[in-house]
Amino acid sequence: MLPILEARKSQIHETGAEPFVMACEKQSLAGSVSQRACVFCGSRVVLYPIADAVHLVHGPIGCAAYTWDIRGALSSGPELHRLSFSTDLQERDVVYGGEKKLYRALIELIDEHHPKGAFVYSTCIVGIIGDDVAAVCRRVESERGIPVLPIHSEGFRGTKKDGYRAACDGLMKLVGSGPIEGIGPRSINILGDFNLAGETWMIRDYYERIGVEVVATITGDGRIDAIRRAHGAALNVVQCAGSMVHLAKSMEEKYGIPFLRVSYFGIEDMAKSLYDVANHFHDAEILGRSQELVREEVGVIMPELRRYRQALEGRRAAVYTGGAFKAFSLVRSLRTLGMKTVLVGSQTGNREDYELLRDLCDQGTILVDDTNPLELSRFVQEKEVDLFIGGVKERPIAYKLGIGFCDHNHERKVALAGFEGMLNFAREVHCSVMSPVWKLVPRRRRNPS
Amino acid sequence: MLLRHTTSDVAEREALTVNPAKTCQPIGAMYAALGIHNCLPHSHGSQGCCSYHRSALTRHYKEPVMASTSSFTEGSSVFGGQANLLQAITTIFAVYNPDVIAVHTTCLSETIGDDIPQIISKARDDGKIPAGKRVIHTNTPSYVGSHVTGFSNMVKSMVDYFAQPVKEKGKTLNLIPGWVEPSDMREIKALAAEIGAETIAFPDTSDVLDAPQTGKHEFYPRGGVTMEQLVRTPASQATVALGPTASEAAAKLLDAKFKVPFELLELPIGLRATDRFVNTLRRQIRAQVPASINEQRGRLMDMITDMHQYFHGVRVALWGDPDQLVSLAEFLTDLDMRPVYIVTGTPGKQFDKRIGNALAGRVPEAKFRQGAGADMFLMHQWIKNEPVDLLIGNTYGKYIARDENIPLVRHGFPIMDRVGHSYFPTVGYRGAMRLLEMILGALMDHKDRQSPEESFELVM
Repeated sequence: MLPILEARKSQIHETGAEPFVMACEKQSLAGSVSQRACVFCGSRVVLYPIADAVHLVHGPIGCAAYTWDIRGALSSGPELHRLSFSTDLQERDVVYGGEKKLYRALIELIDEHHPKGAFVYSTCIVGIIGDDVAAVCRRVESERGIPVLPIHSEGFRGTKKDGYRAACDGLMKLVGSGPIEGIGPRSINILGDFNLAGETWMIRDYYERIGVEVVATITGDGRIDAIRRAHGAALNVVQCAGSMVHLAKSMEEKYGIPFLRVSYFGIEDMAKSLYDVANHFHDAEILGRSQELVREEVGVIMPELRRYRQALEGRRAAVYTGGAFKAFSLVRSLRTLGMKTVLVGSQTGNREDYELLRDLCDQGTILVDDTNPLELSRFVQEKEVDLFIGGVKERPIAYKLGIGFCDHNHERKVALAGFEGMLNFAREVHCSVMSPVWKLVPRRRRNPS
Repeated sequence: MLLRHTTSDVAEREALTVNPAKTCQPIGAMYAALGIHNCLPHSHGSQGCCSYHRSALTRHYKEPVMASTSSFTEGSSVFGGQANLLQAITTIFAVYNPDVIAVHTTCLSETIGDDIPQIISKARDDGKIPAGKRVIHTNTPSYVGSHVTGFSNMVKSMVDYFAQPVKEKGKTLNLIPGWVEPSDMREIKALAAEIGAETIAFPDTSDVLDAPQTGKHEFYPRGGVTMEQLVRTPASQATVALGPTASEAAAKLLDAKFKVPFELLELPIGLRATDRFVNTLRRQIRAQVPASINEQRGRLMDMITDMHQYFHGVRVALWGDPDQLVSLAEFLTDLDMRPVYIVTGTPGKQFDKRIGNALAGRVPEAKFRQGAGADMFLMHQWIKNEPVDLLIGNTYGKYIARDENIPLVRHGFPIMDRVGHSYFPTVGYRGAMRLLEMILGALMDHKDRQSPEESFELVM
């Protein structure tokens, strides 16, 4: 038996045993092999899909190199977001300050590419050497006439969540600066979908089919001018609540725009998102069209989905996500496939999230916050898991253990959102769990119950 | 056109790097430390650094990569990271139980001025380091050098921390393979063993980052140089260090501290570089080159002569790390190819001289550049001005390959979209054969796809 640190015990619980309160939103214990990232990472992933802006990373080269096009956020137009821009700070810049270099880099960048806007990300070191990034941004903004937004994303200033917040603060400076004439009363912004594998396009299409106007997609396939007009929408529809709820709240405060939290993963949650929007507008026609759309789409995917369910019935899954919100949908989607979630955790969930998860999951499910590979390997083996859903760092661990894997994070290759996405998800899960390669590997097989 | 934003006008940029041909020091230190048996690399900085490095290495090796972090907070960045590192040492030995913790710094901990040796000695005084266990460190400020510098620094620290004075010399040779793949380290050791040399290879990531599928997740896989071996490096007859950028510092330190003489060679990529490596080993241990190695060489020569017509005049663009680029440039030029553009983001004045030596005046039109401004954007601009027939470099070249319709052979770090590099070497004679197979395959596939019907050939 592997040791669980005393300090970790309050972050690991089993449902049904006894009542518990998850200790979460804690700083990771120094020395852990944490799966978590930093503030910069949070800001960078949230803003990066805005494709007609330049994203300049102010710091040594690493922060720009490691975030160069690592997330398949698709654009229907410009591809500026897929390039990597850095001030590549050197020792002398650290000693004498990097403001001049930042200024020159911004000018060179804007003059070369003529973007609609620029985001400047502060990294750890910028916070230490004290560059006045905001002042440089203001100067370039006035000289070049485009919005130049400083993002306060110094890595050590908290967790990835704080990075989401910094990104939202940046976006708030854009929102409200564009014209809103001609925007109708049945209009929304899509917040918190990043167009991985084209998901925003699918979601946008659903909304348009039920008669709802989409003003801005933030940030999937995002454009500066659309975000500037976002305050003209009647409603904010927020997915991935962890990253974008702050923006929705700020817009509610400043512009009185209400918001709904939704999820586009799984049949139930996807359908509910459309119904919730229809109900929000108290519009029977929109609701009718939503019901029709759901019937139609579910009808298309159900026959194939049933076949996968037959094969997957009774199999067990482990889920480890960045934000906890996605975990809810995954537990439900896995249930749609007849699978049981026996281990579920997140990097950044809060107490409320874990209470919801506790109520959602079957008895005997292990819940973990900010876990590490040792714990993951151990629980996955104890619970005889057939499928692991996680991100890049968990994938090879699952394969070493001889377990199927589905990337529901940056490296997904097919759209997993929406109805079509549910079918893709089922295909991915089925293809990995049922792969004959697992018969070749030395893993103890359990008969599906 | 994913790189539609790249223009052919090469404007001198003073401050901006676009699409870098390097990354930062700490990841190199992490990779090197993974080449020590039962070692947990530790990143002394914010959580993001550690997470990024692990993700980047995982994408390249498709293996679990374990490393811990000091999880800096706003407080640590004001008051220093001592408390974090002390806590980390306690946590790591309690939970992950390695033999060695290999600490590397980050731009953050460097700039706030954490004194790592002092913190380690405090940890020892406080009884936080169990008997027989070690904590070592290296400084890896991200704003100096590149990932290769970080690798070199960690390898040097292996000497600094472990090597102990000896009374008597043994028979061994120290072998510093440089930043190469686990497959390459395996091949370098195999060549040395075949010649009859007993070696201490460090670092050694074979059997760590190319571990077999066993149905278990081994937190510390079987491979890696052991602490005992690292202690004994001063007893070796000599050190053979491969790749000056990655390996010279450690070899020099062994010489300065313990009078272990060293021979510094370019990486054994290609025919002549491998000849020099084999010859050096032979000379060092006063052995004959066994027939089996001569036969390997003969097979490589056979492949070269069979296919030499296809190499003539092929214009190649190369990017990556200096040690790889120098050897590749020599090998390609020997084959009658023309490495016309060579770019590395890793700064270093020696680079131009070394590339000059490798090309030996045979490719007067070659352009090469290192350090500031030497990035993939510049490389692409050069190509737009005068195209090439082949690209050799890491995965980041695939945008150029696609936009310009140029075949790409993946070599170097990182490779995130193909497999093979961790299993099949490109060093040594066998490795050179694999390189040729990849190069010829890429050129001929391209030719097959591009040639009009009337000149499409069955036999090539």
